[in-house]
Amino acid sequence: MKIVLDSGRCQGHGRCYSLAPEVFGCDDVGQAVLLMSDELTVEQVPLAKLAADNCPEYAIEVS
Amino acid sequence: MAGNPVVEDWARDFDHTDEAWAADPYPIMSELRANCPVARSERYGGAWLPTRHEDVSAIANDTDHFTSRSIVVTAHRPPIELAPAGVAPPISSDPPFHSQARRVLLPVFSPQTIDKLEPSTRAYCQELLAEMQGKEVVDAAIDYAQHIPVRVIANMLGLPAEDGDLFRGFVLHVLEGVALPLEERIVGFQNLFNYLMPHINDRIANPRDDLISLLLASELDGQPLDPFHVVRTVALLLIAGIDTTWSAIGASIWHLAKTPSDRERLVNEPDLMPSAIEELLRSYAPVTMARLVKEDFEFQGCPMKAEEWVLLSFPAANRDPEFFEKPDEVQLDRSPNRHAAFGLGIHRCAGSHLARMEMRVALEEWLKAYPDFSLEDPEAVRWSGGQVRGPRVLPLRVGS
Repeated sequence: MKIVLDSGRCQGHGRCYSLAPEVFGCDDVGQAVLLMSDELTVEQVPLAKLAADNCPEYAIEVS
Repeated sequence: MAGNPVVEDWARDFDHTDEAWAADPYPIMSELRANCPVARSERYGGAWLPTRHEDVSAIANDTDHFTSRSIVVTAHRPPIELAPAGVAPPISSDPPFHSQARRVLLPVFSPQTIDKLEPSTRAYCQELLAEMQGKEVVDAAIDYAQHIPVRVIANMLGLPAEDGDLFRGFVLHVLEGVALPLEERIVGFQNLFNYLMPHINDRIANPRDDLISLLLASELDGQPLDPFHVVRTVALLLIAGIDTTWSAIGASIWHLAKTPSDRERLVNEPDLMPSAIEELLRSYAPVTMARLVKEDFEFQGCPMKAEEWVLLSFPAANRDPEFFEKPDEVQLDRSPNRHAAFGLGIHRCAGSHLARMEMRVALEEWLKAYPDFSLEDPEAVRWSGGQVRGPRVLPLRVGS
């Protein structure tokens, strides 16, 4: 599965990097950054989905 | 403190400073959402109150039609000349100025920077709890919650922690004194700026390792940030950083005091804390923001006029049944939980990572000291009204 982070929508709520630190990190202003290539491993899928489901700005898409 | 007439018709004459709203706004929000999702008031020179998540989100994201020039609803409007910075940049700033003014602050409130403040915050919570030791009844708002954010933000800014009472006085005036006559409002703001200016001037002459000095050394558009901008941003951090987190900590403890099953669960499953904090933030979001309508504009069939207020009730958005399943139920492990307690769009609370850390540490230390506690007298609990809602009197029985 693929993951897309829309940096334009991200406002730095930080829900993704709290819930899925294996997949998301943050830069020096708290904006989310993807830590891995856009192709998810099987283990990463549930975490990535959890992050996507909790983003208040709908900035993450897993498909 | 409001002094406004009691509200009888919430759809046509709402007032967020009304005592009924302070005591329990959720049934009122729920009725409005079902029958009149964007409520109206002629008070404060005209105001609107959307209660659906979709509408709150749309307005928070629409900086073309709504300005943040002032974000506290009063009968007065700040001068238009204050734009684009507004009264307290960056919360009161509009694009494109906003992103530069915000960029200056964000690194100081990033998760990495906030992590470093955790040990001192924890030590301070322990100190407060040690002072309560031996008592059978304590006030979680007065003895505990109100002190934590004051100490943390004072340390960050480099202001004396013993001025806490003074800071809380400023907060009370700015956020709850909204019905005061303009002359009194002005005196209150003058007191705040008269307090801050000597500190700013001192840091201009003698920079230190604190946030005021850092702001003075920052640049905006290639120019050093001017002291007038700095003092207004410091005022913002002082006002916005105190009773918001105080409210969130207090409301969380209140919920756990009246809900033994959640309290026991959190004591037994400490790993649940991060998700519990998000759910407590959703359920009892303390902060309601505001916007001014830029030009006459129709929104959801409502004829909004220029310079009218729109209250952005994140608490109402967080209880919308169209957006959250069983929104009035607190589910500590709720997921998905795309709550809007820290706002939506470009003005997402800059201090959200700090607020979360303070809440987590405050609750962890409280539960360690008091795994078992209950409301001493539910009737005695008092909530603040206006745009920041939280318990101000919260007596709890902590010993048998």
